[in-house]
Parts: sequence; C-alpha cells; structure tokens
Amino acid sequence: MQVEDGEVFGFLGPNGAGKSTTIKLLMGIIFPTAGSAQILGKPVSDVSMHRDIGYLPEQPYFYDYLTAAEVLDYFARFHGFSAAERKERVQKMLRKVGLETAGKIQLRKFSKGMLQRVGLAQAIVHDPKLLILDEPMSGLDPVGRREVRDIILELKNAGKTILFSTHILSDAETLCDRVGVIAGGQLRGVGAPGSIVGVKSLGMEIIFELTGSGAQIEKVRAKATKSGANYRMSVSEAELYAALEELRGASATIISVTQIKPTLEDFFMELVGKDRAQAAAVEVSGQ
Amino acid sequence: MNHVLIVARNTFREAVRDRVLYNLVFFALLMIASGVIVGQISMDIETIVMVSLGLSAISLIGLLIAVFTGVGLVSKEIDKRTLHAVLAKPLRRWEFLLGKFTGLVLTLTVNTAAMAAGLFLALWFVKHSLVRGDAVVLVGVYFILLKLTLVVALAMMFSCFTSPLLAILFTGGLYVAGLFVAQLRSLQLTQMSAHTQKFFSILSYLLPNFENYDVMGAAAHGRAISRSLVLHNTLYTALYCAIVLSVAAVIFSRKDLK
Repeated sequence: MQVEDGEVFGFLGPNGAGKSTTIKLLMGIIFPTAGSAQILGKPVSDVSMHRDIGYLPEQPYFYDYLTAAEVLDYFARFHGFSAAERKERVQKMLRKVGLETAGKIQLRKFSKGMLQRVGLAQAIVHDPKLLILDEPMSGLDPVGRREVRDIILELKNAGKTILFSTHILSDAETLCDRVGVIAGGQLRGVGAPGSIVGVKSLGMEIIFELTGSGAQIEKVRAKATKSGANYRMSVSEAELYAALEELRGASATIISVTQIKPTLEDFFMELVGKDRAQAAAVEVSGQ
Repeated sequence: MNHVLIVARNTFREAVRDRVLYNLVFFALLMIASGVIVGQISMDIETIVMVSLGLSAISLIGLLIAVFTGVGLVSKEIDKRTLHAVLAKPLRRWEFLLGKFTGLVLTLTVNTAAMAAGLFLALWFVKHSLVRGDAVVLVGVYFILLKLTLVVALAMMFSCFTSPLLAILFTGGLYVAGLFVAQLRSLQLTQMSAHTQKFFSILSYLLPNFENYDVMGAAAHGRAISRSLVLHNTLYTALYCAIVLSVAAVIFSRKDLK
C-alpha cells in the first residue's frame, strides 16, 4: 500500500481489522514482527522524520493537569520554535479547532470532543507535511465532525498529505482521493472510493406517484413498494423502458429515475460478511 | 539534550501541581517539628534527637516519593496512553526516559531542600544558633538525595518491564538488600561451598550499596564526614544510575506500547 504525496487517503475497516495497529507501527509505538514501512522515504524507525509528521492518536489522552494552551506549547517545544513563535502558533491552533475561549482550562475539565480537537491541534501545530489521523471524527457531535472535515479539506488544499483511519464510510467517501480497505489484518483493496466498489450498476430505481384504481394501476401497485406518499420500484437496466411504459399506461407521475450503484458500505459489508463466513467455516472444520 | 529538558520541565510541573507531594512534605515538616518537643524531654541530647529524627523523616518521605512516583513515571504514561502523542514528536525514547528521570530528581531536590530548611529552622529554634559544625547535617541531606536518585533510577528500570506493583516490590526489596551489603560481604559461613561464597561476594558488589549513604550517626553527633566519602558516593551514584538507566533505555526502546 502506498500513499501518494498530496492525497487524502482513507484507511477503512471494521473494529479490530488492524487499522490502529498499522498506524501505531508507522508511528513507532509498536514494532513489526515482519515487513517494512517507510514514511517520506525514511524507515519508520527513524524518528527524525517525525518533524514532518502530525499524529492524532485514537481517543487521544493528554496530561490533564495542563491547560489546552500548555499542552500545545509543550508539543511545539519539541520542534524548536522560539517562545514568540510558540505563543502565536498555539493561539492560531486554538482558533482553528474552535477552542480559543478554552485555552486556559485544564484538560481534566474537557469533554471527549474537546480533547479530540486538542489532539488535532497538537497534530498540526508544527505545520507538518504529512498527517496521520487515527479515527479523527470519533467522539465528535455532527457539528464537530463537520468542522474536522472542513479542517481536513483545508489541509488538503494547502498541499498536505493525509492518511486517516475511519469506520464512518460517508466521511471516507466525502473526503478521500483513495481508500484502502483492511479486514482481518489484510489489505483487501486500494483505489478511489468509486472504483474500489466497482462501477457496475445494480439496476434502476423509479420513484413515482400513483392515484386512482383499475386493473392496470393495481398491477403496477402490486410490483411497487410504498414509500411515504410515493411508490418505489427497482428494475434491471434492460427492463427500464418496459417499466416506464407500464407506468405511463397506469397514468403514474414519474418523480425520479436513478441508477443504483454499490456504495462503499456495501463493499465493506460484503468483505466483513465473507470474513465472518470464513471464520465460521474454520470453526466448524476445527470442531 | 533539549528534548530531555522539555520532558523534565513537564515532569516537574506535574509534581508541582500534585497535592499529594505537598502533603508528604508537610508531613515530614510536622515530624521535624515534633522533634523539637521530643528533644526538649531528652536531656542534653536535643540536637542528636532533632537531627536523627529530621534526617529519618526526610529519608522516609523522600523514599516514598522516589519509589511510588518513580514507578509511575513511565507506567502511568503507558497506561493512560499520553505517551502516544509524545513519541510522535521527533523525540527518542531514551530522551523521554532521561527527561522523566531528571524531572523527578529535580522534584526530589526541591522537596528535600524544603524539608532540610525545615530541619535547620528546628535546629536553630532548639539551639538558638547554627555553627559551622552543623554543615555536616547538610552532607547527610545530600547523601539522602543521592540515595533517592539511585532509587528513582531503579524504580524506573523495573517499571519498564514489569507491572507497577512488582516494580514497587522489586525496588523496595533491592533497597532493603542494599542496606546489608557490608554484612553480605563479610558473610563467612563455614558450611558454605567455595562457589556459594563466591556468588555472595559477587552479589554484594552488584547490589546497590545503600549503606554508604547512611551518615546519620556522624551527622547527629557533629562528626566530620570525609571529602573522599562525598566524592565516592557522588561518583558511585552517577555510575550506578548511568548503568541502570542504560538498561532501562534498552528495554524501553524495544517495548511495544499498548
């Protein structure tokens, strides 16, 4: 798996798939039993390249006896900034993550969402080239998730390379240039969110209004599913025109015709389903 | 080296904001103050009682802080996962370890100095004056600080490869064993085989010699302590700490963090 310069790469997988383990290996928190990895052309064991990396751990914990501003100042010190530079950067970061009024509060009084924001701020305080974010949206409310999404997009526009893990598929679909899917500790696919799930259509969905009664109308009604005030009908691409003719014959009002494409979620669920089936088979044969 | 100082500063700041340490130092000062009363009922030996009680209080409280805080320095960071964000900075693991050690030694220095100031205040209260000979008490305090420094290094090393509870037990056990090094060295049991005697002899040199730091008797009676002992203890502590911390750094640099 390779993450290209300047792209946003989503690392997807169910809980326990190995996303955080991979990221911890990259950050030197745990060590590999086999294989190798490089970041910015250097082996992961070389901590000097951490100067160019920003890392947000999963469910970040920081020294709760420090204030938000003190934590950011502490982390900024490792990058050799002067006192004036640190002060300026800390204030800038607090503003960026929406904590400008909470800078002087000790972290022990922070909510999970606020800690996540501090985590993001410490990851970008030194303006790194590469960001590695482990579940950056975790613990955030919808507003917070939106804000983090905007920060990631802003960083992407600034030319940063971003690798983030998530199990929230909509975030990956919205933000990522490419995604890698991991399940059962193995990489199962890498590509653009659209291409990885295949472009093959799963059929067509027609939404329509239907009123009145009669043999033709009842025949259509029997094939469709009621969806609020409207009806919904799924047909194959080959059957589309015949279905539309039938609806015209029943005087139905067509509201929309949409191609049904598999989502990343379908792909994801299929993989997980396969793994579970495989695990069950191994368990049965083991017995 | 700058990274070491950054971590040390933060460790010291953590200690400053920890109320438990204040309580312990307050307790030590209370013990020293009680020495004033005990001294008054001990005819003609007020100073001896005061100094003995004072140095014992400084040593005991210092040991409690050194063992319990020393063990928690790294293990707490691993348990709370505060270490993950720190190690993502351009910081080597040994720098982190050395920074933590330096921070706690700095904390112990400040605490010990505060307690020593309390002791001298109590001495002045009893004697209404301080003489040049009282400086020997300062040497006693310095030796306690050296002893605490070595205990911190041992506690940190044990915490790098075992659970906090076992690390406390190992450090405590080694401290007690280190108080009897001279006896171990002079142990000559006729029933022992030559190999066993050799083993105890080597062991007595490997164990940290905490006996060397005990000058309470001399300090209490105002007897001079030789410069060579001061130099010996200083170098011994520096060398022993360097070895123990090197072992700790090797273990810690290969440790998988959860």
